Amino acid sequence: MTPAAFANLADMLRRRSGLVLTPDKMPLANSRLAPVAHLFGFKGVASLLAEFPYPREEIAQAVTEAMTTNETSFFRDREPFAYFRDVMLPALTIARASTRRLRIWCAAVATGQEAYSLAMLLDEANLAGFDWKIDLIATDLSAGAIARAKDGVYSQFEVQRGLPIHALLKHFTQEGNQWRVNDRLRRMVSFRTFNLLDNFGWLGEIDVIFCRNVLLYFDSQSKSAAFARLGETLVPDGTLVLGATEIGAESFVAAADAPRGFFVRSRIAASRAAILSG
Amino acid sequence: MKHCLVVDDSRVIRKVACRILESLQFVTEEAEDGAAALDACRTKMPDVILLDWQMPHMTGIEFLRTLRRQNDGTTPIVVFCTTENDVGHITEALNAGANEYIMKPFDREILEAKFAQVGLL
Repeated sequence: MTPAAFANLADMLRRRSGLVLTPDKMPLANSRLAPVAHLFGFKGVASLLAEFPYPREEIAQAVTEAMTTNETSFFRDREPFAYFRDVMLPALTIARASTRRLRIWCAAVATGQEAYSLAMLLDEANLAGFDWKIDLIATDLSAGAIARAKDGVYSQFEVQRGLPIHALLKHFTQEGNQWRVNDRLRRMVSFRTFNLLDNFGWLGEIDVIFCRNVLLYFDSQSKSAAFARLGETLVPDGTLVLGATEIGAESFVAAADAPRGFFVRSRIAASRAAILSG
Repeated sequence: MKHCLVVDDSRVIRKVACRILESLQFVTEEAEDGAAALDACRTKMPDVILLDWQMPHMTGIEFLRTLRRQNDGTTPIVVFCTTENDVGHITEALNAGANEYIMKPFDREILEAKFAQVGLL
């Protein structure tokens, strides 16, 4: 891969997804793009990248998806989910008691494990049994990842990464060496392909946004824009959940007494939002 | 440091599991079947037992039932680690008092995750 070809690739990725591709990622790009080159009938990655800077849309999409990181697991890092279950959910049931409505968005859900983990916690809380309307929206840039998430079929290896055995028996059905998420849980999640660089308008107002370990890969301009849109999408007392090592934008402050990665809107940003929403 | 008894009739599996557990700061001990595991427990009760199912002399499930009858019924923590990967076996193990269940093959990540789930990490 020549430096010029790599620069074209990095430029396209930044424009399409906000992802930053630094030169040290060249070996990674080579290994991830080899299957894409094969899929589209190119001799190799160099031939594939010769299509740049203006590849066909399906090639650009496949390359973008191949370069995104889909690392995930059920109840990944455990602490954020324990905090959601033990602190946030009880508080939200009090704060939203009058509307009995809760809207949660997993903004970079990859192959679905994070959304299904939250669905399990919501199912255990049995809010639906008390006439609550819960919207659990899960999006990802990768159409392939979303297709897998909708399918809800996971390998033996995947279900053992973070999923307690009792939860596996309760929420999954075994199909040979694979495990399928039961319909009850799948019906709780609305999956959709969505690019965080696009307009968030269709989402409406959200109470809790999980956007863990994705914005850290964005260039600064895309990251600022994404934080602004996340702020506009959150209700004034909503919570943004980032990865434990991520830092929020100026309009967010770390949530008090919460694990690292939990943010609320700063007082000024929240007041401004409350005035605007009337 | 927590003490883990690794019970498996495969020497290779025992060595692999012990190596991973020692890297997670466990003190390990090995037993090659259920009978040897009971002897080890009589000498010194471990904090956790990683337990295979199919073994000569005494199977994992026979060992677990004996252990739960003899002890206070809840300790030590027992994590099955077996190729018996169907729902029937998993349910049987949990009903017999297993705390967690690992379906072989396993790796460090799975072992670490399962031990964390039962509060050992």
